[in-house]
Amino acid sequence: MTTVVERSLPRWGGFSLGMIGLELRRMVRNRRTVVFTVVMPPVFYLLFGSSASYRSERLDGGGNVAGYVLVSMAVYGAMLATTSGGAMVSVERAAGWSRQLRLTPLLPGAYIAVKLVLAMIVGAVSVLVALVVGAFTGAELPAAAWVECGLLAWVCALVFAAFGLFMGYLLPSENVLQILGPVLAVLSFAGGLFVPVDQLGSTFARIAAFTPVYGVGQIARYPLTHEGNLWLAALSVVVWTAVFSVGAMWRFRRDTARV
Amino acid sequence: MTERMAVELDGVVKRFGAVTAVDGVSLAIRPGEVVALLGPNGAGKTSTVDMVLGLSEPSQGSVRVYGRAPREAVALGLVSAVMQSGGLLKDYTVGETVRLTAVLFGRPRERVEAVLERAGIADIRDRLVGKCSGGQQQRLRFAMALLPDPELLILDEPTTGMDVSGRHDFWSAIREDARSGRTVIFATHYLEEADAYADRVVFVRRGRVVADGTAAEVKALASGRTVRATLPGAVEQEAALRAMAGVDSVEVRGDSVLVHAKDTDEVARYLLTRTAARDLEIVARNLEQAFIALTSDEVTA
Ligand SMILES: Nc1ncnc2c1ncn2[C@@H]1O[C@H](COP(=O)(O)OP(=O)(O)OP(=O)(O)O)[C@@H](O)[C@H]1O
Ligand SMILES: [Mg+2]
Repeated sequence: MTTVVERSLPRWGGFSLGMIGLELRRMVRNRRTVVFTVVMPPVFYLLFGSSASYRSERLDGGGNVAGYVLVSMAVYGAMLATTSGGAMVSVERAAGWSRQLRLTPLLPGAYIAVKLVLAMIVGAVSVLVALVVGAFTGAELPAAAWVECGLLAWVCALVFAAFGLFMGYLLPSENVLQILGPVLAVLSFAGGLFVPVDQLGSTFARIAAFTPVYGVGQIARYPLTHEGNLWLAALSVVVWTAVFSVGAMWRFRRDTARV
Repeated sequence: MTERMAVELDGVVKRFGAVTAVDGVSLAIRPGEVVALLGPNGAGKTSTVDMVLGLSEPSQGSVRVYGRAPREAVALGLVSAVMQSGGLLKDYTVGETVRLTAVLFGRPRERVEAVLERAGIADIRDRLVGKCSGGQQQRLRFAMALLPDPELLILDEPTTGMDVSGRHDFWSAIREDARSGRTVIFATHYLEEADAYADRVVFVRRGRVVADGTAAEVKALASGRTVRATLPGAVEQEAALRAMAGVDSVEVRGDSVLVHAKDTDEVARYLLTRTAARDLEIVARNLEQAFIALTSDEVTA
């Protein structure tokens, strides 16, 4: 070469705001993802949670039943958003993009970090949209609960970012969301997001308590209901996050070892 | 001090289970060389290239790129590649794909413009990758490969699936680029491509280097043709045929004889006038046969 190129490695293993920005733009371009993660939860709330009777029925701790349903839907949205954020890796692997990225300085850890940040950004948008729609259509919560429930729904959704990554590495399919959609719906039922679990029978309720969405729902609704055992719920969230993270790491190692 | 080699493979073996894809390749490539890795399907070209790029580890032997481990050379942008297929996301635009590459390599925005121009895709920068033709996608891969301004560019069958004019345009861009002194290694099935664009041709077959020489030597190798004829008692003629000028090799298979030669007309004349040969045909030697001629030469020599 006649020109001398200065060669150095990027900071943070290639984790950068520039990459997050471009990835976010690409995610938003995908209409199906946007509808799935940002439009569907508020629509569900409007359909099932905002009836006149739900708006007039008060809760003991303040707020109305519509507000209670809204928080559940915010959790549901955060869960859809973070799962699909993580599951993006499936499409990228199928397209050979992950392999292409290995021809750049981007470190695998930085790639995972970018995916997690993206998942959490989309999760935050999903929660915000649901809460704003709810606020304008009759959902009522005590002032502090708006913030607390929203934040908790969002933070706890980290479980599902890990879940999405795990599934993204596990499932080879390009249509990973078509598989995950029904799976998430079942988990949401078990987690009491659509109907309170005890209405589904005591055996079901007992099993449901061990499923991954249950704890997240309990925690997110706690500022509103002050019900249930917060410590057990937190334990459930931590354990499931660990399980999914270990699963994702395991598949990820195999993925990079292959080729 | 010896010159620093662009690529040094030393006794490299790559096994996939029971398959030995690369079987003891040693190769040194000097900076500035344009080298064709020529070989039939399954010869081990991609497997070799993958190891040079640090995408896989050799089962045995060592690979150095500009004196460094391949992963490190890749991360520093010393080496980059246009791969055989895949590696693009449909829902990025052409421009965004290159920008992302620039972000990852920590190169400025101007560099994006420069490589889009160089690869001839500046006018389609806002097009989604999924809407680009195969040739345009290949140019995009080329632009991404140019981005870190690598010392070594690797192309793995870069023109597969392109039409004739696409092929021509692509190679013009590569040739233009190689003028700046970049080292280029490209894998191909096509003798013509190797002949037209490489200074040096490395033949690979079944994971081994069977020949390594200049493009002119390759041309000579491929210039021969094969005469095939039915000839009862062919064995008796074998020695006479072998003794003819310009005959590379003679194979007898039962009642048929195959003569590989530079001057096949002379051989045909001899067979038809001086022997009982019939059903005679003359075929151009394809790559596979050139390899066979080459390996059998090595055995007889
Ligand atoms: N990941 C793999 N697992 C198992 N076998 C493999 C793998 N990759 C390559 N091989 C085998 O190794 C051999 C060499 O393959 P390679 O892809 O390197 O050949 P190639 O020269 O690039 O061929 P082509 O011209 O078809 O691209 C083949 O027999 C192939 O089947
Ligand atoms: Mg190949």
